[in-house]
Amino acid sequence: MTQSTVQSIEALTQTALDELDSIDDADSLEQWRVRFLGRRGELTGILRGLSQLDLEERRQVGALGNQAKSGLEEALDRRSQEISQARLAQVADLERIDVTLPGRPVATGRLHPTTQVVREITDAFVAMGFSIVEGPEVEWDHYNFEMLNIPQGHPARDMWNTLWVDYVNEEGQRPMLLRTHTSPMQARVMEQVQPPVRVVVPGKCYRYEATDATHEWHFYQVEGLAVDEGITFADLKGTLYEFARRLFGSERKVRFRCDYFPFVEPGVDMSIDCFACDGSDNSCRICRGSGWIEIMGAGMVHPQVLAGVGYDTEKYTGFAFGLGPERIAMLKYGIDDIRHFYSNDLRFLRQF
Amino acid sequence: MQVPLSWLREYVDIDLPPHELAHRLTMAGVEVGEVTEFGGWENCCVGLVLEVNPHPNADSLQLCRVSPGDGSEMEVVCGAPNVAAGQKICFARVGARLYNTHSERHETLKAARIRGVVSEGMICSELELGLGEAHEGIVVLPEDAPLGTPLDDYLGDTTLDLEVTPNRLDCFSVLGVAHEIGALTGKPVRVPDVSYSEAGPPIAGEASVSVADPDLCHRYTASLIQGIKIGPSPQWLQDRLTRAGLRPISNVVDVTNYVMLEFNQPLHAFDLDKVRDKTVIVRRAAPGETLETLDGTPRELNTEVLVIADSRDPIGLGGVIGGANSEIGPETTSVLLESATFNSFNNRRTADTFRLHTDASQRFEKGLRPELAPIALRRATQLIQEVAGGTIAQGIYDIYPDADKPSPAVPLTLRRLKQILGMDVTLEQVEEVFRSLEFATERTGESSLEVAVPYWRSDINIEEDLIEEVVRIIGYDNVPTTMLSTPIPYRQPAPMTELRGRVKEVLASVGLQETISYPLISLEDLEKVNHGAGDHSPLRVANPMSSDSDYLRPTLLSSLLNTLSYNEGHNEGPFRFFEQGRVFLPRSNQLPNEREVASGIVAGLRSEPSWLVDNGPLDFFDVKGMLTSALVFLGIAPQWEPLPSPEAPALHPGRCARIMCDGNQIGVLGEIHPTVADNFDLKHRPATLFELYLDDLLALPEKSGRNFRSLTRFPAANRDVALLVADDVPAGRVQEILARHRLVERVELFDVYEGQNLEGGVKSLAFHVYFQSPDRTLTAEEVNRTLDGLLRTLQRDTGATLRDQ
Repeated sequence: MTQSTVQSIEALTQTALDELDSIDDADSLEQWRVRFLGRRGELTGILRGLSQLDLEERRQVGALGNQAKSGLEEALDRRSQEISQARLAQVADLERIDVTLPGRPVATGRLHPTTQVVREITDAFVAMGFSIVEGPEVEWDHYNFEMLNIPQGHPARDMWNTLWVDYVNEEGQRPMLLRTHTSPMQARVMEQVQPPVRVVVPGKCYRYEATDATHEWHFYQVEGLAVDEGITFADLKGTLYEFARRLFGSERKVRFRCDYFPFVEPGVDMSIDCFACDGSDNSCRICRGSGWIEIMGAGMVHPQVLAGVGYDTEKYTGFAFGLGPERIAMLKYGIDDIRHFYSNDLRFLRQF
Repeated sequence: MQVPLSWLREYVDIDLPPHELAHRLTMAGVEVGEVTEFGGWENCCVGLVLEVNPHPNADSLQLCRVSPGDGSEMEVVCGAPNVAAGQKICFARVGARLYNTHSERHETLKAARIRGVVSEGMICSELELGLGEAHEGIVVLPEDAPLGTPLDDYLGDTTLDLEVTPNRLDCFSVLGVAHEIGALTGKPVRVPDVSYSEAGPPIAGEASVSVADPDLCHRYTASLIQGIKIGPSPQWLQDRLTRAGLRPISNVVDVTNYVMLEFNQPLHAFDLDKVRDKTVIVRRAAPGETLETLDGTPRELNTEVLVIADSRDPIGLGGVIGGANSEIGPETTSVLLESATFNSFNNRRTADTFRLHTDASQRFEKGLRPELAPIALRRATQLIQEVAGGTIAQGIYDIYPDADKPSPAVPLTLRRLKQILGMDVTLEQVEEVFRSLEFATERTGESSLEVAVPYWRSDINIEEDLIEEVVRIIGYDNVPTTMLSTPIPYRQPAPMTELRGRVKEVLASVGLQETISYPLISLEDLEKVNHGAGDHSPLRVANPMSSDSDYLRPTLLSSLLNTLSYNEGHNEGPFRFFEQGRVFLPRSNQLPNEREVASGIVAGLRSEPSWLVDNGPLDFFDVKGMLTSALVFLGIAPQWEPLPSPEAPALHPGRCARIMCDGNQIGVLGEIHPTVADNFDLKHRPATLFELYLDDLLALPEKSGRNFRSLTRFPAANRDVALLVADDVPAGRVQEILARHRLVERVELFDVYEGQNLEGGVKSLAFHVYFQSPDRTLTAEEVNRTLDGLLRTLQRDTGATLRDQ
């Protein structure tokens, strides 16, 4: 009995190992495991029969059986690893997908290029301690012109062709307009707070103007104002230089030339050196061969403007500046026609 | 303003190449837009016509013998009627490149046989040389033109096209620009001599001049030249005017224009014989008076208009334009010449009233200095005599009530200079700047000056104006570059700016493309979106640029629909747009209420064509999903309620909702009304639209819907319930009742069914209901009891029954 049991264990082990060698997939391996090592498997069946043996025999055969079992289990692990390794070696071929197929579409929206550039501009100034304020798009003549040292009948009014609102007040005047710049907030802010003042004013502006590739009747402006004791033209230069470097790169140079805006004195215009050609291309489309690109107007706040809001002009000085985000966007992205901005053609908007 | 360098050189030496000069002027604030060069006339020189004979074979042509000044003689065929022996002319040899008036191109001149005679060159017209438009006759040069000189050297020129800012009135004149160049280059300026001899009778006996309204005419000067002869101006004068962009008319008128360009002072010449009683009165127009102005238009005057009148009628609009009744004509022999200073404000208003913005008014409105008037008067008087002959009456009229007022002097301290510029400048440097500008200075202390402003500058009134002069002459590069060192002010909170920024970002992140459109629209646009007639009529623009944009929009809807319709024209979609902008709601006697709105429109297929996705049209629930995500991101838990259709006439009456938060409406959502979709010819239906009112969002209590709940460690129990309700019961109501129980953690609607196996008018709603407690594991019995209670409540409030029963 013992002898035959021992023989059948040995024979079974041999059969199992032989069969294991020819197995090369996970399913067959599992069948093999169930057949030889499972709860109702052949080896288990043999070992279960041990209960009819006497103690000594049971010990001997049991030890042999357990040895055979762990031997088979080891062989199974080994084979299993061999099979999975063999499979892994082939997985690239077996499970390959075409990764060039388009992905499952997820809707994407983008911000309008003007929004993006306005944000870039205001971020640069916020980093230098400026706060963002905004004002009404429909304004009084008082704030749009008079408080900015552009009284009624001033010839400089021709610089801002104005869209007037059809409203006549009791004095028979037409004092309401679509703001021609965001500068009215200069006076509105200073009426509210005492120095120090450091604000930037982004927003929409309107002019009665024929449109062409570089002119729009509806556009954005970012106006800036800094007023305190001891603010100088040198600070204006430094602040705007820092701005230019943040937007156009640290290697940029700036240049100032005299210009006129009634609410500043002295007034200047700031240019940056051409980032497209570095001044080396006489036919450069960006700078038209001059090597310089005008990007904003600026100046020291006119004492009349400070006096108008009740500031002590002997004590306080300041600077103001204004620039057009569309122009900046056109320069940065090489857009050739400002009319693209507000015609809302998806083919344009999707590029940003 | 076009300024020829040849003219400038009469007053100031210029060594700089034209482009360098243009750059220096531009940097100093006198922007040069363009530099135009005349010349490049190779093989052309000053020639002399020796002899003119008829052409043997053609009546209209002549055969000229021309000397080009090198001892040779050339035979030239010429068709110009004005050619004559003894003239100095512009002679082009074979090989010259000229404008061919027949082919209308620049071509190289070849020897040609014209009607049997070989022409060895050409006598040129203005057009052929590119000097002007005339080509009827040849250009006749002054007698003293040096024979044989290359034409480039004699006629070549460069014109600076100046873009003058309104403050720099001085640079509307050649002398003003010369002064500027003198200051920038350190060269002295030669101002023309304005003296002449007065051989005629005293002016007072020949004409009477008076000013009745000195508030509108600060200074009036006049001279008289008698016995003149009207005719064309000499060539040099015509050339100068042409080069500066004006058309020559006749000698006297040309002189007035010339002196205006030279000194900046507009002048007017009256034919004294046409002035009734030889009396000139400067006064306001009387009620009902009229004047036919030089442009042939009769004008009705009002009492705010300043006129120059004779003893009875107006003969000119002071400082704007002359009257036809006193115009200089071929028969004129006596010229009363006016050089005056008019009130700039009144002048501008008159020019505006009659839409007559003339060369004269554009100068007067900017405020010419009264000191200039007599100087320019004498210059013009001198030149009229030079080009039109006659004798000059003794003396001038000079009516100048404020003559005793001292010339303006502006103080300047080094302290202020440093306060503004942020740099030290010495008194000597400052004096040097003003010397170059020809401003007289006087020291008033160790670090202060008083500066007298010369008569050609009217833009220097305060200390800061002087500081600008200093910095623009010493150069902006010489000012240090410093960062702001003053304290950073308290950062004003800008909640709306921040909210707008976040709304834009989150709408983009749920797949919407931002657009920005014009805020001016038409009434028709509003009608197309059924904008309620009961609402306030929108604000109108008084001077719209076109009839389709004359109202300030009270809604973004029509803008979005136009954007969609426009893009449907060249795009397959999907279309997902939003716009964030202001709408304008009128208020009486106040600025309008500008409300911040974010609106979106969505139409087309759910996604781009894809090999993966089963596609269908974007609908209400797509947009509701987007908005829910967006609002949750903003920290807002939205609720949705059916919206009564009169409140949103642009939306489909059965498919629109109001978006609520804590009992406040924050927006609307709905499908576009079919008729509105038709009005915009929309190809893609349905189109779904939403509006979010940012002012209302901002007004919500802070952190609404954001309270931390501790994470429970006790398991949730799930029950699926299918309920039958009448189909007009909103699913949201059922869900809300289920969700509000304290042991219900969340409720998911997973199926809505109507149709087969159900009675008509009934729908089935199936929910996953999750029960959970923060402090214990719920027993099955507890869960069942809770659910039973909920079902009873549902039955009572909505009539819902369990589907299985």
